[in-house]
Formats: sequence, structure tokens, C-alpha cells
Amino acid sequence: MIDKRVATLADAVAGISDGATVLIGGFGDSGVPVELVHALLDHGARDLTVVTNNAGAGERDVAALIRERRVRTVVCSYPRSMGSIWFEERWRAGEIGLELVPQGTLSERMRAAGAGLGGFFTPTGADTLLAEGKEVRTIDGRPHVFEHPLPGDVALIKAHRADRWGNLVYRTAARNYGPTMATAAALTVVQVEEFVELGDLDPEAVVTPGIFVDRVVQVAAS
Amino acid sequence: MISPLSDVAVARRVARDIPDGSYVNLGIGMPILVGDVVGPDKEIVYHSENGILGMGPAPAPGEEDRELINAGKQPVTLLPGGCYFHHTDAFVMMRGGHIDISVLGAFQVSETGDLANWITDLATMPPAVGGAMDLAVGAKRVLVMTTHTTRDGRPKLLPRCTYPLTAGRVVDRVYTDLAVLDVGPDGLVVQEMAPGLTRAELQSVTAARLTFADDVGELDPH
Repeated sequence: MIDKRVATLADAVAGISDGATVLIGGFGDSGVPVELVHALLDHGARDLTVVTNNAGAGERDVAALIRERRVRTVVCSYPRSMGSIWFEERWRAGEIGLELVPQGTLSERMRAAGAGLGGFFTPTGADTLLAEGKEVRTIDGRPHVFEHPLPGDVALIKAHRADRWGNLVYRTAARNYGPTMATAAALTVVQVEEFVELGDLDPEAVVTPGIFVDRVVQVAAS
Repeated sequence: MISPLSDVAVARRVARDIPDGSYVNLGIGMPILVGDVVGPDKEIVYHSENGILGMGPAPAPGEEDRELINAGKQPVTLLPGGCYFHHTDAFVMMRGGHIDISVLGAFQVSETGDLANWITDLATMPPAVGGAMDLAVGAKRVLVMTTHTTRDGRPKLLPRCTYPLTAGRVVDRVYTDLAVLDVGPDGLVVQEMAPGLTRAELQSVTAARLTFADDVGELDPH
């Protein structure tokens, strides 16, 4: 019998080790697995590489991880947002690394990892600072930059509903990085608002098939 | 008497160049205004990089959904026929040439169509790029909407950009408060000018060398 449901947030993040690369879903406040990130904070893992679109804002989720000095490096596309005070403070003090990646390249690098590909050539970033040190090849007359896959040890994502096989559906634009991150990590952990019985999700509408999911925990919608 | 165009008047001029039925991405800042002035006679499908096609206007107060936001992290709505998709697919649409028109803001544009719109200060602020580079390389047509000069009167249209590039040789057309200019094989070609402006005056606030179309039109300042 397959049952990927776990009872508590602590169970959901159990075993995440120091030094892990953690993919964290979300775009701005949309689709952020806030409770899972706070469970990771309570769990205590440190020296993390966090891959996420923004570097947190205010005192919550990714910003809290950075404030509590759990993060060695952030890999992201847009670390500067309203209230991203903790990232900026640690960055100015030289206490946190930043690997800046164009947003589509960030997503595609994780897709390549999940798809078992050794990387890809993209026109995005050619002729810019973000191509420095990277292999550039002219394809169809246009410069393309080689980008490596970006796998995670763990992915923390948020979905709307799941069944015990880990099939997922999302809600509106909260889907964002979830489906890609789910494929790219050795351990994919999902928080959902609702569990449903096996067979209750429309198989035509399942967005993330359960094969990509390892643990699911229910968190009531806030 | 020179009549520079207001931001909304520039947006109206951009909107005239967007054909009915287009798939369009509007960048953060001035380009957002275009969505407010496209006539109801046109059916335009707006794309948002976080995974929305058929994005509608801001919701009524109290109707906001925290997960349903645009690239600028502002609450939006979904029109009938609209849909959601994940981040990697959102950038497949952008990088893969499926978006008809991308309207972007700019710090600088060069006479060869290089675009600088992501960073001006590398020393004191953490760099942030988001989807700017993907939007600039991928859309079928890249339109830039900007003031003709900086706030302190320095030219933004230059022989070469001095700020770090977003992408090289990508801009098709530039719309400013003073002129509409095409990026041609031999540099910037003025197509339309604000009322009361002479060619010499326009050249004096433009660092790139201008040529003029055979029949330069007059911009509507309203």
C-alpha cells in the first residue's frame, strides 16, 4: 500500500540534513509553503543552499531562515522585493552568497534536473553579465549560454489537494514553481489544504503525478 | 511650444500598435498602463510570467486572492477563457517565441537595439533580474516604452548602453514622450514626433544618431 501522507509538519521535514540544497516554491506571497519552511526552521538544519524565486520578505518563511542564519547561499532570480530586509542585511555584511539566475533559466535548470538532462543552451542572458564564465555557442546565428541542471536534495512546495498516492492539483497562480520543483528533488515534500480519497481527483486534471511526490502534509488554509 | 506626451498618451500610442488577437506581456512599471487604454474593440490575451494567460484587471476591494497576482505581485483576476500553468511553461511561452508582443521599460536602449533595464548600481544593492532577460530575448516583437531622457535630462537612447545589458539586439521599436523610433539596420529611425518639436531638438536630447523616416508623423499628445 502506498500512503505518502504524514501526520505532522515535523514528520514532513524529518531527515533534512545540514548543507542540503532546498528548492522552495512560491512567487512573491503566492504559493509559498510557509508552514513547511517554518517546520524546517524548527527542525534546525543549517548551512542550506536555498533555491527560490525571491529571497523572502518581512520576518516570515525564507526571510526567517535567512534571519536565523540557516542559509549559506540563495539561488534566485529576484532577491530584492518590498521588505526583503534580512536578505539585504546579510548580503551587505557578506554573510550570504547569491547566485542570480534569470527566472526562466532558474525554472528550466530545475526542469533539466528533473528530466535527467545534462543542461541546455539558452539565448537568455547571452551578451550580459550573467553569461560571464559560461560556455557560449552560436546556434542559428544567435549566441546561446550553456546552463547546468539544478537538482535539489529536497523540494518544499504548496498544492491545493492531494490523494494518498501524492497526486496533486494546485490553486490559481500558486502553482508557479511547484510542478517543476517536484520533479527536481530527491525528496519532494508538499503541503496541501485538503486530502481527498484515491480516485476523487479528476485524472484528466492532475497536474503533478504522485510519482514525483514523497511526502504530503495537510495544513489548513490560512 | 513642445508638448511632450504624458505616460498615458505614450501608452495609448503603444496600444494602437497591438493588433486584435495578440498574446501580450506587459512589463512592470510604465508598460502596465497599456492594459488600461487598449480599446474594447480588441481581444488581447495578457500573459503573466508566474503562470497566467487571460489575466484580467485588478479585483474589486475585498475580492483579492493572495495567490492570484501578477509579475509585480499585485492582485489580478482571470478572464473567462484564461488559464493557469506552471513556471517552466510560462517561460516556454516567453523564450520560445509564442508571445506576440512584449512591452518593456528601459534605462537605456542602444542604436542597435541593445536593452538595459535590469540594474544600474552593482555595488550597493543586491542584483535582481526576474524575467526581464527572458522577455527581451523571446517575444516576436519587443517594444520599449520609456521617457526620452532620465529625470535629470540625460539621454537614454545611446550609441551603446553604459549600464549592464538585459539582452543584445532585441528591441524593435521605442516609444517615448517625444518620439516613436524604429531600430533599423542603420540605427534609430524616427517615425513620429511630439507636436512642436524640431528634428534638431530631438537629436539634442538623443545621444544616438537619428535618421528620419520620409514622412514623419505627429504624435497625439492626448
